[in-house]
Amino acid sequence: MNFKFTSIASAMTGLLLATTALAQTELTVYTAVEAEDLERYAAKFNEVNPDITINWVRDSTGVVTAKLLAERDNPQADVVWGLAATSLLLLKSEGMLEPYAPAGVDKLDSKFVDKDTPPAWVGMDAWVASVCYNTIEGEKLGLKAPTSWKDLTDPMYEGHVIMPNPNSSGTGFLDVSSWLQMFGEEDGWNYMDALHTNIARYTHSGSAPCKLAASGEIPIGISFAFRGAKSKAEGAPIDIIVPTEGVGWDMEATAIVAGTDSLEAAQKLVDFSVTKEAMEMYNVGYAVVAMPGVAQPVEYFPEGLLDAMIDNDFEFAANNRARILEEWQSRYDGKSDAK
Amino acid sequence: MTDTSPTQMPAGPVIKGKLSRDDVLMRGGMIVIALYLIVTLVMPLYVMFSKSLSTYTFQLSQYEFQVSDEDGTFDGTILNAADLNAQVQAYEPSDLNAGSDGRLAVTPLFPEFSFRSPVRYQLRNTVADGRFLVGSTLTEGTEWVELDSNTFRRVQLRPVQARGIDNFVNYFSTPALSNSIKNSLMIAVFSTIVTVALAFGFAYALNRTCMRFKGAFRLIAMMPILVPSLLPGIALVYLFGNQGMLKELLFGASIYGPIGIVVGSVFFTFPHAFLIISTALAISDARLYEAATTLRASPWRTFWTVTIPGARYGLISAAFVVFNLVITDFGLPKVIGGQFNVLAVDIYKQVIGQQNFEMGAVVSVVLVVPAIFAFAIDRLVQSKQVASLSARSVPYQPSPNKNVDRAFFGYCTLIAVFIVGILAVCQFAALIKFWPYDLSLSLKNYQFNKMDGGGWTAYYNSIKLGLLTAVIGTAVVFFGAYLVEKSGGFKTGRAIFQMFAMLPMAIPGMVLGLAYIFFFNNPDNPLNGIYGTMAILVICTVTHFYTVSHLTAVTALKQMDGEFESVSASLKQPTMKLFTRVTVPVCMPSILDISIYLFVNAMTTVSAVVFLYSPTTALASIAVLNMDDAGDIAPAAAMGMMIFYTNAGARIIHMILSRGVLKRTQAWRAR
Repeated sequence: MNFKFTSIASAMTGLLLATTALAQTELTVYTAVEAEDLERYAAKFNEVNPDITINWVRDSTGVVTAKLLAERDNPQADVVWGLAATSLLLLKSEGMLEPYAPAGVDKLDSKFVDKDTPPAWVGMDAWVASVCYNTIEGEKLGLKAPTSWKDLTDPMYEGHVIMPNPNSSGTGFLDVSSWLQMFGEEDGWNYMDALHTNIARYTHSGSAPCKLAASGEIPIGISFAFRGAKSKAEGAPIDIIVPTEGVGWDMEATAIVAGTDSLEAAQKLVDFSVTKEAMEMYNVGYAVVAMPGVAQPVEYFPEGLLDAMIDNDFEFAANNRARILEEWQSRYDGKSDAK
Repeated sequence: MTDTSPTQMPAGPVIKGKLSRDDVLMRGGMIVIALYLIVTLVMPLYVMFSKSLSTYTFQLSQYEFQVSDEDGTFDGTILNAADLNAQVQAYEPSDLNAGSDGRLAVTPLFPEFSFRSPVRYQLRNTVADGRFLVGSTLTEGTEWVELDSNTFRRVQLRPVQARGIDNFVNYFSTPALSNSIKNSLMIAVFSTIVTVALAFGFAYALNRTCMRFKGAFRLIAMMPILVPSLLPGIALVYLFGNQGMLKELLFGASIYGPIGIVVGSVFFTFPHAFLIISTALAISDARLYEAATTLRASPWRTFWTVTIPGARYGLISAAFVVFNLVITDFGLPKVIGGQFNVLAVDIYKQVIGQQNFEMGAVVSVVLVVPAIFAFAIDRLVQSKQVASLSARSVPYQPSPNKNVDRAFFGYCTLIAVFIVGILAVCQFAALIKFWPYDLSLSLKNYQFNKMDGGGWTAYYNSIKLGLLTAVIGTAVVFFGAYLVEKSGGFKTGRAIFQMFAMLPMAIPGMVLGLAYIFFFNNPDNPLNGIYGTMAILVICTVTHFYTVSHLTAVTALKQMDGEFESVSASLKQPTMKLFTRVTVPVCMPSILDISIYLFVNAMTTVSAVVFLYSPTTALASIAVLNMDDAGDIAPAAAMGMMIFYTNAGARIIHMILSRGVLKRTQAWRAR
């Protein structure tokens, strides 16, 4: 009896000790990375840092951004891993990010790192605008494949182009912001005026235009390269076109939320997020990653995409976002029902 | 002698019924359920309304500047931004209103500004909570910040929160937004006219002719209730889209826009209109028709002077119900609306697309107005409806008429083909491998786990939500209805409760969902914990569909004589015993009706829950929306049909259960 009690007691003590020894740091990580990738990312991270547990909170870019902004005075997240850089800039301008230069940040392409020292965020990978062109429908309608953004304003394409609404889609916004940056403010709006006459409609989501092009619903969809490659791999009769003027892009990036209780663990996560292993991990879905020379070509990705990426001014995009969207809405959203 | 006339007598003690334990229990229960409605309905709506009045403005007077000379020395002159703006008129007052993420560049305040000049600038906030950005770095506090010209052009002011009606002013002065009011009304009116006309013909055929296969037609007419409102939109894309099977029928018009919304709306509102009108046409007095014949009125004249007036309340009621359904519907215009903006979709765009919660709240307030209006008129008309069937009435019996019957059979067949066709197209689309290039059949589109939207988990979540809503909702609603119907006294309390119970019907789902975000997502709210869980979805769905369930329960309870309560009281039996032993068994058919109503609606609803689901509580109906949104139209159709089969299955189970229950509990009805 007595023996039994002691053995239980000692077992309990052992258990207690064991839990203390294995004390896990828990990190609440907000992300917009595809759900199917999260497990893979966490597993890779835990190979290096087994003592840190990641609790994911995942949603679409817009929702995660809104959530973070709503929690401004009482942040729940420790780290943001995999959110659009334009969104992180919004958070930065609210003073919500803890600047930190992770070990090995100098190995990244400087395009992918915040300009401040220490940087408020570091990039992971990029998603790049592209045009999906359905060859079968194009031929049926007697169209010529476009090669540049300017081509798309040709009257021949009237009603045959579809693009995402920048007010609801991040991809739509990066298109608009890239046109304004490439063509200049005035010519940019002139370009969109001309393009608007050819647009069949504006979709809510950024991947829809390419999927609609893939299904032949509309021959030309302004979307992003990754989506196009995926549709092509599924057997859709599409070409992915990289317009010659250059293409807009945004990146997924990582940042520490200011005021986190587990700063050390958060820094470890950001350190990991810029390692070569992490970059190879991102490369599975993304053709362009932040560390030069790592990326392996992804199947069906168009060539010359990296060179076509414009020198994106994220600050311009973030600080003028509200103004651009308002202007866009008054020009094209109100007018569109007249059709 | 004392005067004993009544006027001179001293007032006797006021006789007040003693509250028994039962009364206390019942009033307590009523207060609990009333509190439930206050917390889940009234308070969120109030928070949302106050949010619509929350604005952001640039307070120029809260910023001060100093400008140096060419050598970079400051002479100490302090310039206030408001004074500068008054001088140079850089910004109109309307420019100073902003959203929460508004930014205002400062360089327009300095006409001589050049980013190449050696002039240096200093600026500061004059109040401690002032905010401005240098690039994207936030600067707070009242310290002076010195910048060179090139950096100064990157300065952006941030707005501060204020209260006022600026959001509404902004809304009505932006045509892109306020056009939606016109669009929404137009769509709703047009759909209402078409649906009510079609449903009237259908109901007429079923009630006033001797057409064949009435049972089958009745069944088909109810089918659309089992699917989310966005499913007809998906079918229309396959039928009339640019790769559509029947595209030529549109003669070049686009299905994306008002045409698509109206056709889809007719589909999903048809059963609602049909049910109401059918009830109105089911009973009528044959003597009126005899009188019309005696007076030699033509059938045409009889139709307009007897049939239509007899069904007028049904027609009006159906019209407002359809109007309300269409104007508050979100799923269908989202799928097929194209560039045609309507109010319900605007709320979604403002909140999910632009994270402009204040403007979302404004659109919600705008949408509530026509919805409440339609609801109020419907209630008014219903309260005027008096029994047109008296004890002396002779029920009208339709007599066979070959030509008429044949014509109506043809008409009903057309409607049935339309309804079944829409569903069949969805099922067909779901089984096609890659429309229109690879028409071989496959189950590829059922691999929901490979798409955005939540996968098969979403489907199981939906069933869970449906069951939880059915069980909890029915219990709450029926108990609440019992308390309000059968407790004595406490008049004001019961009247207020009735009002709360009616309110959900008038509140569009989108508005309810948005109000829930504002209310429950506030960290200071003690109920914050339920945000993002299945619980909030259940609560929201129960509240959203409270009214119809409540009315069903009240109708059933009204049929029970108040004597039951008196008898049980005189037998000294607790009311709860009466409730469980008599009331519930007698009302079992209605209770089952309420639960199937809640289950089906929980499976198909999109509007309220679209704001409230979290990654772990994604729902099938939301998955349909999100898959369609991402361009995965075929899997969206597949998921939509899964909802249809599930609901159809639930209905069959409900039917079998009802039969069994009827046999066991309703035997007393038969002699």
